[in-house]
Amino acid sequence: MPMTLAEKIVARASGRQQVRPGEIVTCSVDLAMCHDSSGPRRYGPRLKELGASVWDPTRVVVVSDHFVPAVDAESARILKLTRDWVAENKISHFYDMEGICHIKLAEGGHLKPGMFVCGGDSHSTNGGAFGCYMAGYGATEMTGVMVTGEIWVKVPETIRVNITGDFGPAVSAKDIMLHLCATLGMDNHFRVVEYGGPTVRSMSMRERMVLTNMAAELGAETGIIEGDEITAGWLREMGAEVPADVLDWKGDDDAGYLAQHQLDIQSLPPQVAAPHSPENSSAVENHTGTLVDQCYIGACTGAKLSDLHMVAKVLKGHKVAKGTRLLVAPSSTAAMRDAAADGTLQIITEAGAIMLPSGCGACAGLGAGILAAGETCISSTNRNFQGRMGSGDSSVYLASPYTVAASAITGRIADPREYV
Amino acid sequence: MIASARVWKFGNGLNTDVLAPGLYFKLPAEEAVVHCLESVRPEFVKEVRQGDVFVAGDDLGIGSSREQAPQNLKMLGISAIIARSFARIFYRNALNIGLPALVCAEADQIEDGDKLSIDPVAGSITNETKGQTYQCDPIPEHLMEMIADGGLMPHLKKKIAAGQK
Ligand code: SF4
Repeated sequence: MPMTLAEKIVARASGRQQVRPGEIVTCSVDLAMCHDSSGPRRYGPRLKELGASVWDPTRVVVVSDHFVPAVDAESARILKLTRDWVAENKISHFYDMEGICHIKLAEGGHLKPGMFVCGGDSHSTNGGAFGCYMAGYGATEMTGVMVTGEIWVKVPETIRVNITGDFGPAVSAKDIMLHLCATLGMDNHFRVVEYGGPTVRSMSMRERMVLTNMAAELGAETGIIEGDEITAGWLREMGAEVPADVLDWKGDDDAGYLAQHQLDIQSLPPQVAAPHSPENSSAVENHTGTLVDQCYIGACTGAKLSDLHMVAKVLKGHKVAKGTRLLVAPSSTAAMRDAAADGTLQIITEAGAIMLPSGCGACAGLGAGILAAGETCISSTNRNFQGRMGSGDSSVYLASPYTVAASAITGRIADPREYV
Repeated sequence: MIASARVWKFGNGLNTDVLAPGLYFKLPAEEAVVHCLESVRPEFVKEVRQGDVFVAGDDLGIGSSREQAPQNLKMLGISAIIARSFARIFYRNALNIGLPALVCAEADQIEDGDKLSIDPVAGSITNETKGQTYQCDPIPEHLMEMIADGGLMPHLKKKIAAGQK
């Protein structure tokens, strides 16, 4: 029977020829990722209680990104605990304050087509951009993974989203995802969202990651994109070994999809999601003029090098308006370094932006840049649930880096097409 | 096997906030559990008996990842939950705390107070009251073993003690 890419990976990881949606199988985990918030502080004590050790320290990646850099005694304690646990358990891959977990997995060249990966974070879907099956799990389940290297999976159905057309000026992958949150809804439980079509094939890895990252907002098990020469090129660029089968992981032509959606983006305008849900997305023109106290460029979704390039393209020759503030937290120290080297940071800082450390920052309401009651923010992050970025009485609009930057110039939600 | 269990029937989109209201998170679990579903069906907590089954429509357990939501149902004696569809995390949490969760397209046929017999491994549900049989996605034996052990953590403990891991 023909299988989708996700089904093929689950079949391989569970040692079967064939799997069908709805079946429950046990998979061997190729790689497990956790961060300082969901990781050692939660399952360290559980492993102790069980008297168990990590099944394979070479297959574990730990990233400290949620509480970095420490702002109080508690965050400092968590970061130290994480470091100590990594050393004690001889974990092979540890990124301490170097950037956001999903981006570090990519930059470290850890993700390759065909892999079965578990992440202790809901946006672990991000990794699917590399043609692997990567989903997010809670702390108890990740304890199980740490001990056994296995996890049970209820084989999900796959929905296919075919994307065609060229991006209009100041339109990006983020706009596609905001649009899909409104059209596909956020309750795609037990489904894998597979993205394909000519538009996806021409997108960079950084932009592809936005599509799979926000599969989490669609409620999906994960998002996935077949690997190709661009995937292989990324691995080469990151100095990772390119597996011989890198181009072989593809779904069968006649694989059974639960549904197929066509999206032509030729005339897709920039999108904005109103508070308090990504589902409230519509064209930017419905929101222009809304006053914003803060403009935030950050998170795994919206602060990669490519995102910083979008910000600089809009900001060049402009200043951040009085009455608002533009905060920029690059998604990794490598993105910060590269943006400094190519002149991007200069444009951003000359416009008056405030640079923040690389980490989750205000995205999860833990780090620098959180909001006061009554404040409004436009943000390049992925979630705008009530209270996520600070006070429960604050409001967050989601948009692309282009739109956030344009809004910083006017102090109101603005259409970025006027600036590129 | 679950035999002749009384059904508590609920509708669509039952969320984790009504199953485990956040307001009572600071209370010990035994005290917080009495607030389970109080906003939608206050008599549930008083009248539910050990072994009863919980049946709902679509999207059971939408909302947060809190494990207390299925945990409350288990503490109140629920022996299995059946729904037309589940939210992913709630479903995983239920099985991982040792509560069988079954996806059944025909869950709508089941009514409050019906008596059900359930074979999770075969994936069959018999409605004794109505004389009907429904098919559901089976739970494989290897997972039922974990459920019988009381969930993932006790299961791991047992395996480690037996030197299997
Ligand atoms: S940046 Fe935000 S969405 Fe991404 S991992 Fe951190 S908290 Fe989660």
